[in-house]
Amino acid sequence: MIRFDQVFKRYPNGREALAGVSFEVGDGELAFLTGHSGAGKSSILKLIALIERPTRGQVIVNHQNLNGVKSGRIPHYRRQIGVVYQDHKLLEDRPVMDNVALPLIIAGIPKREADKRVRAALDQVGLLGKEKSRPLELSTGEQQRVGIARAVVAKPALLIADEPTGNLDPDLARDTMQLFRRFSEVGVTVMVATHDVHLIDEIGARRIVLEGGRVQDEGRPS
Amino acid sequence: MKIGAYFARHAQTFIGSLGRIVNQPFATFMTMGVIGVAIALPLVLNLFLQNARSATGNLNEAFDLSVYLDKKAPASRAPALLKQLKLRGDVAQVRLISADQALKEFRDDSGFGKALDALTDNPLPDTLVVTPSLDASTPRGTDELKAAITAMPDVQSVQLDTEWVKRLHGMIDVLRRVVYLTGGLLALGIVLIVSNTIRLDILNRRAEIVVMKLVGASNGFTRRPFLYSGLWYGLGGGFLALILLAIASLVLKGPVAELASLYGSDFRLKGLGFGMAASVLGVAAMLAWAGSWLAATRHIRAIEPV
Repeated sequence: MIRFDQVFKRYPNGREALAGVSFEVGDGELAFLTGHSGAGKSSILKLIALIERPTRGQVIVNHQNLNGVKSGRIPHYRRQIGVVYQDHKLLEDRPVMDNVALPLIIAGIPKREADKRVRAALDQVGLLGKEKSRPLELSTGEQQRVGIARAVVAKPALLIADEPTGNLDPDLARDTMQLFRRFSEVGVTVMVATHDVHLIDEIGARRIVLEGGRVQDEGRPS
Repeated sequence: MKIGAYFARHAQTFIGSLGRIVNQPFATFMTMGVIGVAIALPLVLNLFLQNARSATGNLNEAFDLSVYLDKKAPASRAPALLKQLKLRGDVAQVRLISADQALKEFRDDSGFGKALDALTDNPLPDTLVVTPSLDASTPRGTDELKAAITAMPDVQSVQLDTEWVKRLHGMIDVLRRVVYLTGGLLALGIVLIVSNTIRLDILNRRAEIVVMKLVGASNGFTRRPFLYSGLWYGLGGGFLALILLAIASLVLKGPVAELASLYGSDFRLKGLGFGMAASVLGVAAMLAWAGSWLAATRHIRAIEPV
Protein backbone atom coordinates (compact mmCIF):
# COMPACT_ATOMS: atom_id res chain seq x y z
CA MET A 1 0.00 0.00 0.00
CA ILE A 2 2.83 2.39 0.89
CA ARG A 3 6.35 2.14 -0.46
CA PHE A 4 9.19 4.58 0.15
CA ASP A 5 12.18 4.07 -2.10
CA GLN A 6 15.36 5.97 -1.19
CA VAL A 7 13.43 9.13 -0.35
CA PHE A 8 15.30 12.33 0.46
CA LYS A 9 13.63 15.48 1.65
CA ARG A 10 15.48 18.73 2.05
CA TYR A 11 13.45 21.83 2.98
CA PRO A 12 14.13 25.24 1.44
CA ASN A 13 15.78 26.34 4.69
CA GLY A 14 18.44 23.67 4.14
CA ARG A 15 17.29 21.22 6.81
CA GLU A 16 17.50 17.64 5.61
CA ALA A 17 14.51 15.85 7.11
CA LEU A 18 14.79 12.54 5.27
CA ALA A 19 18.05 11.03 4.09
CA GLY A 20 17.34 7.94 2.05
CA VAL A 21 14.24 6.45 3.63
CA SER A 22 13.00 3.10 2.34
CA PHE A 23 10.24 0.96 3.80
CA GLU A 24 7.07 -0.78 2.79
CA VAL A 25 3.67 -1.17 4.43
CA GLY A 26 1.37 -3.82 3.07
CA ASP A 27 -2.39 -3.72 2.43
CA GLY A 28 -4.45 -3.80 5.63
CA GLU A 29 -1.37 -3.50 7.81
CA LEU A 30 -1.17 -1.41 11.00
CA ALA A 31 2.19 0.30 11.36
CA PHE A 32 3.53 2.84 13.82
CA LEU A 33 6.12 5.39 12.91
CA THR A 34 8.22 6.37 15.89
CA GLY A 35 11.29 8.38 16.65
CA HIS A 36 12.33 11.57 18.38
CA SER A 37 10.80 14.79 17.25
CA GLY A 38 12.68 15.91 14.17
CA ALA A 39 13.45 12.32 13.17
CA GLY A 40 11.28 12.70 10.06
CA LYS A 41 7.89 11.33 11.10
CA SER A 42 5.90 14.37 10.00
CA SER A 43 7.85 14.66 6.75
CA ILE A 44 6.90 11.11 5.82
CA LEU A 45 3.22 11.77 6.49
CA LYS A 46 3.36 15.03 4.52
CA LEU A 47 4.88 13.21 1.57
CA ILE A 48 2.09 10.62 1.69
CA ALA A 49 -0.59 13.35 1.83
CA LEU A 50 1.20 15.23 -0.98
CA ILE A 51 1.55 18.31 1.19
CA GLU A 52 5.24 18.09 0.34
CA ARG A 53 7.13 16.54 -2.55
CA PRO A 54 10.32 14.50 -2.13
CA THR A 55 13.61 16.07 -3.17
CA ARG A 56 14.71 12.70 -4.47
CA GLY A 57 13.38 9.16 -4.48
CA GLN A 58 9.95 7.70 -4.99
CA VAL A 59 6.82 7.40 -2.89
CA ILE A 60 4.27 4.90 -4.09
CA VAL A 61 0.84 4.86 -2.49
CA ASN A 62 -1.91 2.52 -3.58
CA HIS A 63 0.03 1.62 -6.78
CA GLN A 64 0.44 5.29 -7.75
CA ASN A 65 3.83 6.89 -8.01
CA LEU A 66 3.22 10.22 -6.31
CA ASN A 67 5.89 11.93 -8.41
CA GLY A 68 3.51 11.44 -11.32
CA VAL A 69 0.55 13.13 -9.64
CA LYS A 70 0.26 16.63 -11.10
CA SER A 71 -0.71 19.43 -8.73
CA GLY A 72 -4.12 19.74 -10.39
CA ARG A 73 -4.79 16.10 -9.46
CA ILE A 74 -3.74 16.46 -5.83
CA PRO A 75 -7.31 17.10 -4.56
CA HIS A 76 -8.48 13.96 -6.31
CA TYR A 77 -5.58 11.98 -4.82
CA ARG A 78 -6.25 13.27 -1.30
CA ARG A 79 -9.82 12.01 -1.45
CA GLN A 80 -8.43 8.47 -1.55
CA ILE A 81 -6.69 8.75 1.80
CA GLY A 82 -7.87 9.68 5.27
CA VAL A 83 -5.64 11.88 7.40
CA VAL A 84 -5.92 12.58 11.14
CA TYR A 85 -4.05 15.68 12.32
CA GLN A 86 -2.60 16.37 15.71
CA ASP A 87 -4.37 19.75 15.86
CA HIS A 88 -7.54 18.16 14.41
CA LYS A 89 -7.94 20.77 11.67
CA LEU A 90 -11.69 21.10 12.09
CA LEU A 91 -13.93 23.91 10.83
CA GLU A 92 -14.70 25.58 14.12
CA ASP A 93 -17.77 27.50 12.98
CA ARG A 94 -19.50 24.39 11.63
CA PRO A 95 -21.25 21.64 13.55
CA VAL A 96 -19.72 18.19 13.86
CA MET A 97 -22.13 16.94 11.20
CA ASP A 98 -20.76 19.31 8.54
CA ASN A 99 -17.17 18.67 9.54
CA VAL A 100 -17.45 14.93 9.14
CA ALA A 101 -19.54 15.27 5.98
CA LEU A 102 -16.97 17.51 4.27
CA PRO A 103 -15.12 14.78 2.31
CA LEU A 104 -18.46 13.39 1.12
CA ILE A 105 -19.74 16.79 0.06
CA ILE A 106 -16.53 17.38 -1.85
CA ALA A 107 -16.92 14.01 -3.53
CA GLY A 108 -20.46 14.98 -4.57
CA ILE A 109 -22.32 12.36 -2.52
CA PRO A 110 -26.04 13.24 -2.26
CA LYS A 111 -27.04 14.68 1.10
CA ARG A 112 -29.22 11.80 2.29
CA GLU A 113 -26.55 9.22 1.57
CA ALA A 114 -23.93 11.49 3.18
CA ASP A 115 -26.01 11.92 6.35
CA LYS A 116 -26.27 8.16 6.70
CA ARG A 117 -22.53 7.65 6.31
CA VAL A 118 -21.69 10.50 8.69
CA ARG A 119 -23.83 8.91 11.38
CA ALA A 120 -22.17 5.56 10.79
CA ALA A 121 -18.71 7.14 11.11
CA LEU A 122 -19.70 9.01 14.28
CA ASP A 123 -21.04 5.78 15.69
CA GLN A 124 -17.71 4.08 15.06
CA VAL A 125 -15.85 6.71 17.09
CA GLY A 126 -18.53 6.84 19.80
CA LEU A 127 -19.82 10.33 19.08
CA LEU A 128 -23.34 9.57 17.90
CA GLY A 129 -25.63 12.29 19.25
CA LYS A 130 -23.02 15.05 18.97
CA GLU A 131 -23.87 15.93 15.35
CA LYS A 132 -25.08 19.41 16.19
CA SER A 133 -22.27 20.40 18.58
CA ARG A 134 -19.57 22.81 17.47
CA PRO A 135 -15.97 21.57 17.75
CA LEU A 136 -15.11 24.11 20.46
CA GLU A 137 -17.90 22.79 22.69
CA LEU A 138 -16.21 19.37 22.69
CA SER A 139 -13.27 18.09 24.72
CA THR A 140 -9.90 17.56 23.04
CA GLY A 141 -10.48 13.83 22.93
CA GLU A 142 -13.85 14.30 21.31
CA GLN A 143 -12.44 16.74 18.77
CA GLN A 144 -9.77 14.20 17.94
CA ARG A 145 -12.44 11.59 17.32
CA VAL A 146 -14.38 14.00 15.08
CA GLY A 147 -11.16 14.26 13.07
CA ILE A 148 -10.94 10.47 12.90
CA ALA A 149 -14.56 10.16 11.84
CA ARG A 150 -13.90 12.67 9.05
CA ALA A 151 -10.82 10.72 7.96
CA VAL A 152 -12.72 7.43 7.63
CA VAL A 153 -16.15 8.62 6.47
CA ALA A 154 -15.28 8.26 2.78
CA LYS A 155 -13.98 4.73 3.43
CA PRO A 156 -10.41 5.30 2.27
CA ALA A 157 -8.09 2.33 1.82
CA LEU A 158 -5.36 4.21 3.69
CA LEU A 159 -5.59 6.07 6.98
CA ILE A 160 -2.65 8.08 8.30
CA ALA A 161 -2.49 9.87 11.63
CA ASP A 162 0.02 12.39 12.95
CA GLU A 163 0.48 12.20 16.75
CA PRO A 164 -3.22 11.46 17.31
CA THR A 165 -2.68 10.84 21.02
CA GLY A 166 -0.37 13.78 21.62
CA ASN A 167 -2.88 15.80 23.64
CA LEU A 168 -4.80 12.95 25.24
CA ASP A 169 -4.62 11.41 28.67
CA PRO A 170 -3.44 7.74 28.80
CA ASP A 171 -6.93 6.18 28.88
CA LEU A 172 -8.17 8.23 25.93
CA ALA A 173 -4.92 7.54 24.10
CA ARG A 174 -5.40 3.82 24.57
CA ASP A 175 -9.00 4.02 23.30
CA THR A 176 -7.85 5.94 20.24
CA MET A 177 -5.17 3.39 19.42
CA GLN A 178 -7.72 0.59 19.78
CA LEU A 179 -9.87 2.48 17.32
CA PHE A 180 -7.04 2.43 14.75
CA ARG A 181 -6.52 -1.24 15.42
CA ARG A 182 -10.19 -1.90 14.64
CA PHE A 183 -9.93 -0.03 11.33
CA SER A 184 -6.96 -2.14 10.31
CA GLU A 185 -8.89 -5.26 11.19
CA VAL A 186 -11.53 -4.41 8.58
CA GLY A 187 -8.89 -4.03 5.88
CA VAL A 188 -7.83 -0.40 6.10
CA THR A 189 -4.08 0.22 5.96
CA VAL A 190 -3.25 2.39 8.96
CA MET A 191 -0.06 4.30 9.62
CA VAL A 192 0.27 6.27 12.83
CA ALA A 193 3.14 8.57 13.72
CA THR A 194 3.61 8.71 17.49
CA HIS A 195 6.29 8.88 20.15
CA ASP A 196 4.10 6.96 22.59
CA VAL A 197 6.26 3.82 22.61
CA HIS A 198 4.58 2.18 25.62
CA LEU A 199 1.22 2.22 23.97
CA ILE A 200 2.57 0.53 20.83
CA ASP A 201 4.12 -2.23 22.89
CA GLU A 202 0.78 -2.69 24.61
CA ILE A 203 -1.02 -3.03 21.28
CA GLY A 204 1.75 -5.12 19.82
CA ALA A 205 1.86 -3.76 16.27
CA ARG A 206 4.67 -3.17 13.82
CA ARG A 207 7.06 -0.33 14.60
CA ILE A 208 9.11 1.60 12.07
CA VAL A 209 11.77 3.52 13.98
CA LEU A 210 13.23 6.66 12.49
CA GLU A 211 16.44 8.28 13.59
CA GLY A 212 17.94 11.41 12.03
CA GLY A 213 16.03 11.05 8.78
CA ARG A 214 16.83 7.38 8.30
CA VAL A 215 14.98 4.15 9.05
CA GLN A 216 16.75 2.57 11.99
CA ASP A 217 14.47 -0.42 12.34
CA GLU A 218 11.82 -1.41 9.83
CA GLY A 219 10.10 -3.56 12.44
CA ARG A 220 9.99 -6.67 10.28
CA PRO A 221 10.85 -9.98 11.93
CA SER A 222 14.04 -10.95 10.08
CA MET B 1 -29.71 12.00 -10.21
CA LYS B 2 -26.14 13.12 -10.73
CA ILE B 3 -27.23 16.35 -12.41
CA GLY B 4 -29.81 16.86 -9.69
CA ALA B 5 -27.15 16.45 -7.01
CA TYR B 6 -24.93 18.90 -8.87
CA PHE B 7 -27.62 21.57 -8.89
CA ALA B 8 -28.60 20.82 -5.32
CA ARG B 9 -25.00 21.36 -4.28
CA HIS B 10 -24.80 24.66 -6.15
CA ALA B 11 -28.08 25.80 -4.67
CA GLN B 12 -26.82 24.87 -1.23
CA THR B 13 -23.61 26.86 -1.71
CA PHE B 14 -25.60 29.76 -3.15
CA ILE B 15 -27.85 29.96 -0.09
CA GLY B 16 -25.00 29.14 2.28
CA SER B 17 -22.94 32.05 1.00
CA LEU B 18 -25.92 34.35 1.53
CA GLY B 19 -26.12 33.18 5.12
CA ARG B 20 -22.45 33.93 5.60
CA ILE B 21 -22.55 37.49 4.31
CA VAL B 22 -25.74 38.19 6.24
CA ASN B 23 -23.82 37.26 9.38
CA GLN B 24 -21.84 40.47 8.97
CA PRO B 25 -24.66 42.86 8.15
CA PHE B 26 -22.71 46.08 8.52
CA ALA B 27 -19.73 45.13 6.36
CA THR B 28 -22.04 43.57 3.79
CA PHE B 29 -24.23 46.63 3.65
CA MET B 30 -21.20 48.87 3.19
CA THR B 31 -19.97 46.84 0.24
CA MET B 32 -23.40 46.69 -1.33
CA GLY B 33 -23.83 50.42 -0.69
CA VAL B 34 -20.64 51.26 -2.56
CA ILE B 35 -21.75 49.13 -5.49
CA GLY B 36 -25.20 50.71 -5.37
CA VAL B 37 -23.87 54.27 -5.47
CA ALA B 38 -21.35 53.42 -8.18
CA ILE B 39 -24.11 52.06 -10.38
CA ALA B 40 -26.74 54.65 -9.56
CA LEU B 41 -24.53 57.63 -10.39
CA PRO B 42 -24.12 57.05 -14.13
CA LEU B 43 -27.69 55.76 -14.30
CA VAL B 44 -29.13 58.97 -12.86
CA LEU B 45 -27.13 60.96 -15.39
CA ASN B 46 -28.24 58.65 -18.15
CA LEU B 47 -31.85 58.90 -17.06
CA PHE B 48 -31.56 62.65 -17.25
CA LEU B 49 -30.02 62.51 -20.72
CA GLN B 50 -32.52 60.02 -22.03
CA ASN B 51 -35.29 62.29 -20.92
CA ALA B 52 -33.56 65.36 -22.31
CA ARG B 53 -33.45 63.60 -25.65
CA SER B 54 -37.10 62.66 -25.63
CA ALA B 55 -37.88 66.20 -24.51
CA THR B 56 -36.18 67.63 -27.60
CA GLY B 57 -38.01 64.97 -29.57
CA ASN B 58 -41.25 66.51 -28.37
CA LEU B 59 -40.01 69.84 -29.60
CA ASN B 60 -39.96 68.55 -33.15
CA GLU B 61 -41.62 71.73 -34.33
CA ALA B 62 -38.29 73.38 -33.84
CA PHE B 63 -37.23 71.53 -36.96
CA ASP B 64 -40.20 72.63 -39.05
CA LEU B 65 -39.27 74.44 -42.22
CA SER B 66 -41.30 77.41 -43.38
CA VAL B 67 -41.36 77.49 -47.19
CA TYR B 68 -42.43 80.87 -48.63
CA LEU B 69 -43.60 80.76 -52.22
CA ASP B 70 -42.97 83.39 -54.81
CA LYS B 71 -45.84 85.94 -54.89
CA LYS B 72 -45.81 85.75 -58.68
CA ALA B 73 -46.51 82.03 -58.78
CA PRO B 74 -49.99 80.96 -59.85
CA ALA B 75 -52.51 80.03 -57.13
CA SER B 76 -52.46 76.36 -58.19
CA ARG B 77 -48.74 76.14 -57.50
CA ALA B 78 -49.01 75.81 -53.69
CA PRO B 79 -51.28 72.67 -53.64
CA ALA B 80 -49.09 71.09 -56.35
CA LEU B 81 -45.93 71.70 -54.37
CA LEU B 82 -47.64 70.33 -51.26
CA LYS B 83 -48.40 67.09 -53.08
CA GLN B 84 -44.86 66.88 -54.41
CA LEU B 85 -43.30 67.41 -50.99
CA LYS B 86 -45.56 64.85 -49.32
CA LEU B 87 -44.09 62.16 -51.60
CA ARG B 88 -40.57 62.70 -50.26
CA GLY B 89 -39.19 60.11 -47.83
CA ASP B 90 -37.66 62.68 -45.52
CA VAL B 91 -40.91 64.60 -45.07
CA ALA B 92 -43.44 63.57 -42.49
CA GLN B 93 -46.10 66.19 -42.97
CA VAL B 94 -46.83 69.32 -44.98
CA ARG B 95 -49.36 71.97 -44.05
CA LEU B 96 -50.47 74.75 -46.40
CA ILE B 97 -51.20 78.21 -45.04
CA SER B 98 -52.62 80.13 -47.94
CA ALA B 99 -51.99 83.85 -48.24
CA ASP B 100 -55.65 84.61 -47.43
CA GLN B 101 -55.64 82.36 -44.41
CA ALA B 102 -52.40 83.88 -43.13
CA LEU B 103 -53.79 87.36 -43.46
CA LYS B 104 -56.98 86.39 -41.65
CA GLU B 105 -55.05 84.83 -38.75
CA PHE B 106 -52.81 87.82 -38.54
CA ARG B 107 -55.78 90.16 -38.51
CA ASP B 108 -57.52 88.19 -35.73
CA ASP B 109 -54.42 87.77 -33.57
CA SER B 110 -52.62 91.01 -34.00
CA GLY B 111 -55.37 93.53 -33.39
CA PHE B 112 -54.29 95.46 -36.46
CA GLY B 113 -57.61 94.60 -38.11
CA LYS B 114 -58.60 98.12 -39.16
CA ALA B 115 -55.14 99.01 -40.35
CA LEU B 116 -54.93 95.89 -42.45
CA ASP B 117 -58.26 96.66 -44.10
CA ALA B 118 -56.55 99.67 -45.61
CA LEU B 119 -54.34 97.38 -47.67
CA THR B 120 -55.54 96.77 -51.15
CA ASP B 121 -53.24 93.88 -51.71
CA ASN B 122 -52.38 90.88 -49.52
CA PRO B 123 -48.64 91.25 -48.83
CA LEU B 124 -48.29 87.72 -47.46
CA PRO B 125 -47.19 84.78 -49.66
CA ASP B 126 -48.55 81.25 -49.64
CA THR B 127 -46.61 79.29 -47.02
CA LEU B 128 -45.94 75.57 -46.66
CA VAL B 129 -44.96 74.30 -43.20
CA VAL B 130 -42.84 71.17 -43.72
CA THR B 131 -42.18 68.74 -40.87
CA PRO B 132 -39.24 66.45 -41.60
CA SER B 133 -39.60 62.74 -40.93
CA LEU B 134 -38.13 61.48 -37.67
CA ASP B 135 -35.04 60.11 -39.42
CA ALA B 136 -34.39 63.45 -41.06
CA SER B 137 -34.90 65.39 -37.80
CA THR B 138 -31.21 65.96 -37.31
CA PRO B 139 -29.28 69.16 -38.00
CA ARG B 140 -27.80 67.53 -41.11
CA GLY B 141 -31.02 66.05 -42.36
CA THR B 142 -32.91 69.30 -42.14
CA ASP B 143 -30.09 71.18 -43.82
CA GLU B 144 -30.25 68.80 -46.76
CA LEU B 145 -34.00 69.06 -46.92
CA LYS B 146 -33.75 72.83 -46.84
CA ALA B 147 -31.31 72.86 -49.74
CA ALA B 148 -33.54 70.55 -51.78
CA ILE B 149 -36.64 72.66 -51.27
CA THR B 150 -34.82 75.92 -51.94
CA ALA B 151 -33.82 74.57 -55.34
CA MET B 152 -37.46 73.95 -56.33
CA PRO B 153 -39.10 76.40 -58.75
CA ASP B 154 -41.30 79.17 -57.35
CA VAL B 155 -39.82 78.87 -53.88
CA GLN B 156 -38.87 82.30 -52.61
CA SER B 157 -37.11 81.28 -49.42
CA VAL B 158 -36.94 78.56 -46.78
CA GLN B 159 -36.56 79.46 -43.13
CA LEU B 160 -35.11 77.15 -40.52
CA ASP B 161 -33.83 77.96 -37.08
CA THR B 162 -31.58 75.10 -36.03
CA GLU B 163 -28.76 76.83 -34.24
CA TRP B 164 -30.03 76.16 -30.74
CA VAL B 165 -31.02 72.61 -31.64
CA LYS B 166 -27.50 72.00 -32.92
CA ARG B 167 -26.02 73.30 -29.70
CA LEU B 168 -28.36 71.19 -27.60
CA HIS B 169 -27.46 68.08 -29.55
CA GLY B 170 -23.79 68.87 -29.21
CA MET B 171 -24.19 69.26 -25.49
CA ILE B 172 -26.10 66.00 -25.19
CA ASP B 173 -23.37 64.24 -27.17
CA VAL B 174 -20.70 65.52 -24.81
CA LEU B 175 -22.74 64.60 -21.76
CA ARG B 176 -23.44 61.16 -23.12
CA ARG B 177 -19.73 60.53 -23.45
CA VAL B 178 -19.19 61.76 -19.92
CA VAL B 179 -21.80 59.25 -18.76
CA TYR B 180 -20.10 56.42 -20.65
CA LEU B 181 -16.74 57.39 -19.25
CA THR B 182 -17.87 57.63 -15.62
CA GLY B 183 -19.89 54.47 -16.11
CA GLY B 184 -16.80 52.62 -17.34
CA LEU B 185 -14.64 53.91 -14.52
CA LEU B 186 -17.22 53.10 -11.88
CA ALA B 187 -17.69 49.61 -13.34
CA LEU B 188 -13.97 49.08 -12.95
CA GLY B 189 -14.28 50.43 -9.41
CA ILE B 190 -16.96 47.84 -8.61
CA VAL B 191 -14.76 45.01 -9.86
CA LEU B 192 -11.88 46.24 -7.70
CA ILE B 193 -13.99 46.81 -4.59
CA VAL B 194 -15.58 43.37 -4.72
CA SER B 195 -12.23 41.84 -5.49
CA ASN B 196 -10.73 43.45 -2.41
CA THR B 197 -13.66 42.48 -0.19
CA ILE B 198 -13.41 38.86 -1.30
CA ARG B 199 -9.64 38.93 -0.85
CA LEU B 200 -10.04 39.98 2.79
CA ASP B 201 -12.73 37.36 3.26
CA ILE B 202 -10.38 34.69 1.91
CA LEU B 203 -7.52 35.79 4.14
CA ASN B 204 -9.83 35.72 7.16
CA ARG B 205 -10.84 32.18 6.36
CA ARG B 206 -7.41 30.91 5.50
CA ALA B 207 -7.51 28.15 8.12
CA GLU B 208 -10.80 26.91 6.77
CA ILE B 209 -9.50 26.87 3.20
CA VAL B 210 -6.46 24.87 4.32
CA VAL B 211 -8.77 22.29 5.93
CA MET B 212 -10.88 22.07 2.79
CA LYS B 213 -7.80 21.45 0.68
CA LEU B 214 -6.47 18.85 3.10
CA VAL B 215 -9.58 16.75 2.74
CA GLY B 216 -9.37 16.94 -1.04
CA ALA B 217 -11.30 20.02 -2.13
CA SER B 218 -10.21 21.33 -5.51
CA ASN B 219 -9.52 25.01 -6.09
CA GLY B 220 -12.80 25.25 -7.99
CA PHE B 221 -14.79 23.76 -5.14
CA THR B 222 -13.13 26.00 -2.57
CA ARG B 223 -13.68 29.05 -4.75
CA ARG B 224 -17.37 28.48 -5.33
CA PRO B 225 -18.81 30.00 -2.13
CA PHE B 226 -16.67 33.10 -2.64
CA LEU B 227 -17.98 33.50 -6.17
CA TYR B 228 -21.50 33.25 -4.86
CA SER B 229 -20.75 35.84 -2.18
CA GLY B 230 -19.62 38.15 -4.98
CA LEU B 231 -22.84 37.47 -6.83
CA TRP B 232 -24.86 38.38 -3.73
CA TYR B 233 -22.88 41.61 -3.29
CA GLY B 234 -23.68 42.47 -6.91
CA LEU B 235 -27.37 41.69 -6.64
CA GLY B 236 -27.67 43.60 -3.36
CA GLY B 237 -25.75 46.54 -4.79
CA GLY B 238 -27.87 46.54 -7.94
CA PHE B 239 -31.01 46.52 -5.86
CA LEU B 240 -29.74 49.48 -3.81
CA ALA B 241 -28.94 51.30 -7.06
CA LEU B 242 -32.54 50.82 -8.20
CA ILE B 243 -33.80 52.24 -4.91
CA LEU B 244 -31.46 55.22 -5.24
CA LEU B 245 -32.65 55.72 -8.79
CA ALA B 246 -36.29 55.64 -7.72
CA ILE B 247 -35.57 58.24 -5.05
CA ALA B 248 -33.72 60.42 -7.56
CA SER B 249 -36.55 60.38 -10.06
CA LEU B 250 -39.04 61.09 -7.27
CA VAL B 251 -37.03 64.13 -6.20
CA LEU B 252 -36.65 65.40 -9.77
CA LYS B 253 -40.17 64.66 -10.96
CA GLY B 254 -41.94 67.75 -9.58
CA PRO B 255 -39.42 70.40 -10.59
CA VAL B 256 -38.89 68.89 -14.05
CA ALA B 257 -42.60 68.84 -14.79
CA GLU B 258 -42.87 72.44 -13.65
CA LEU B 259 -39.93 73.49 -15.76
CA ALA B 260 -41.40 71.69 -18.75
CA SER B 261 -44.75 73.38 -18.34
CA LEU B 262 -43.01 76.74 -18.30
CA TYR B 263 -41.71 75.87 -21.76
CA GLY B 264 -45.17 74.79 -22.82
CA SER B 265 -44.17 71.14 -22.99
CA ASP B 266 -46.08 68.28 -21.41
CA PHE B 267 -42.79 66.46 -20.89
CA ARG B 268 -42.61 64.17 -17.84
CA LEU B 269 -39.58 62.44 -16.36
CA LYS B 270 -39.68 58.78 -17.27
CA GLY B 271 -38.35 56.12 -14.89
CA LEU B 272 -36.69 52.79 -15.71
CA GLY B 273 -38.78 50.05 -17.20
CA PHE B 274 -38.82 46.50 -15.92
CA GLY B 275 -36.35 45.30 -18.53
CA MET B 276 -33.96 48.10 -17.72
CA ALA B 277 -34.18 47.33 -13.99
CA ALA B 278 -33.45 43.67 -14.70
CA SER B 279 -30.39 44.57 -16.74
CA VAL B 280 -29.15 46.87 -13.95
CA LEU B 281 -29.28 43.87 -11.60
CA GLY B 282 -27.65 41.69 -14.23
CA VAL B 283 -24.79 44.07 -14.90
CA ALA B 284 -24.19 44.61 -11.17
CA ALA B 285 -24.13 40.86 -10.56
CA MET B 286 -21.79 40.33 -13.51
CA LEU B 287 -19.30 42.97 -12.40
CA ALA B 288 -19.27 41.71 -8.82
CA TRP B 289 -18.87 38.14 -10.04
CA ALA B 290 -15.89 39.23 -12.13
CA GLY B 291 -14.34 40.92 -9.09
CA SER B 292 -14.80 37.91 -6.85
CA TRP B 293 -13.53 35.60 -9.59
CA LEU B 294 -10.33 37.61 -9.88
CA ALA B 295 -9.68 37.57 -6.14
CA ALA B 296 -10.80 34.00 -5.48
CA THR B 297 -8.92 32.42 -8.36
CA ARG B 298 -5.71 34.16 -7.42
CA HIS B 299 -5.74 33.93 -3.64
CA ILE B 300 -7.22 30.48 -3.19
CA ARG B 301 -4.59 29.01 -5.47
CA ALA B 302 -1.95 30.69 -3.31
CA ILE B 303 -3.15 29.08 -0.09
CA GLU B 304 -1.63 25.63 0.33
CA PRO B 305 -1.45 23.50 3.44
CA VAL B 306 2.00 23.23 5.01
